[in-house]
Amino acid sequence: MKLRRSMLFVPGDNAAMLSTVFVHRPDSIMFDLEDAVSPSQKDSARLLVYQALRHPAYRDIEIVVRINALETEFGLKDLEAAVRGGAHIVRLPKTENPEEIGKLETHIARIEKDCGRAVGDTKVMAAIESASGVVNAVAIAKSSSRMVAIALAGFDYLVDMHTHRSDGWEPELFYARAAVLHAARAAHIDAFDVVYGNINDDEGFLREVMIAKRLGFNGKSLIHPKQIDLLHKAYAPTEEELSHAKRVVAAAEEAHRKGLGVASLDGKMVDPPVIEEAEMTLQLAEAS
Amino acid sequence: MNVIKEAIAGTLESSDLLVKVAPGRDATREIVIRSAVMQQFGKQIRRIVEETLDALSITTASITIEDKGALDCVIRARVQAAVLRASETKELDWRSLT
Repeated sequence: MKLRRSMLFVPGDNAAMLSTVFVHRPDSIMFDLEDAVSPSQKDSARLLVYQALRHPAYRDIEIVVRINALETEFGLKDLEAAVRGGAHIVRLPKTENPEEIGKLETHIARIEKDCGRAVGDTKVMAAIESASGVVNAVAIAKSSSRMVAIALAGFDYLVDMHTHRSDGWEPELFYARAAVLHAARAAHIDAFDVVYGNINDDEGFLREVMIAKRLGFNGKSLIHPKQIDLLHKAYAPTEEELSHAKRVVAAAEEAHRKGLGVASLDGKMVDPPVIEEAEMTLQLAEAS
Repeated sequence: MNVIKEAIAGTLESSDLLVKVAPGRDATREIVIRSAVMQQFGKQIRRIVEETLDALSITTASITIEDKGALDCVIRARVQAAVLRASETKELDWRSLT
């Protein structure tokens, strides 16, 4: 199972960051061709991302490319660069309905065929950034076999909702977080929480990480490499969780050896979801 | 592809390069490279620039490179961007990129 705790944003026109960001080892890197790049530099950034995608340093890290919306003059060109360059995932911004994913898929399949990539190889992530997107999140999440994750993007969403971010519990994001997360779980895909913009506020960042973790998000979108380690440590299982997970897996293995259909631990049944959760805990511990 | 006007791409920031492309004279391709790592990597930078220009079928142009320690992939991208701007190419043939 692919771990997606951290997805680090990298501006697509920043040569220094594109040349070095792999050393920080986030679970996923997102090369951004959308908001981080000025219109006058979109052409140059697109080529930079295309070339970076083919660099050997990025072969063993999951790479996401955020393209511009397909209705813009940049969107299709960005998509050509991402798919031909070998991006693992294309992130569609401001997704509002499943039809947009359908159009994206059609273009991806055409480009894959043209450049000799296996059709279906390129995966998709939808960014939910509006009230319409949140309302349609389930349909969006289930719209394609290429879909591997959905991500909530807070800034545009809150503008659409006529509000802004507050400190602390952030009730203004509560419904969107819950809706996006439920959509992801119903579609059996991953979910990313919003970015935390103040890179000098570790305490605030960690407070928000714990909200995301407790709700059940796989991870968060990140805007600075220093947030990676903080996030991974926060997502690491506790000693108690790790110990319990090891006992669950051991009980399941013993039941399997004995040919028993169902395992038990401390008098409680250990069914497949419990085993799956335990295996995920061991994987998180190993990666942390 | 023909260079029809002057164009630049890239920056003078560390790990990047600034590429200036201008129309050439007498069917020649003039390439000037300045780099802090010229002694160690000058030949490699020139080879990458030449390969990139060949793939784009650029035979007549004046190219000036100010390198600040860019990786090969960055050099390719910036040369391509500058040439595409200088030739006013709107629809890119992706197979022409190295």
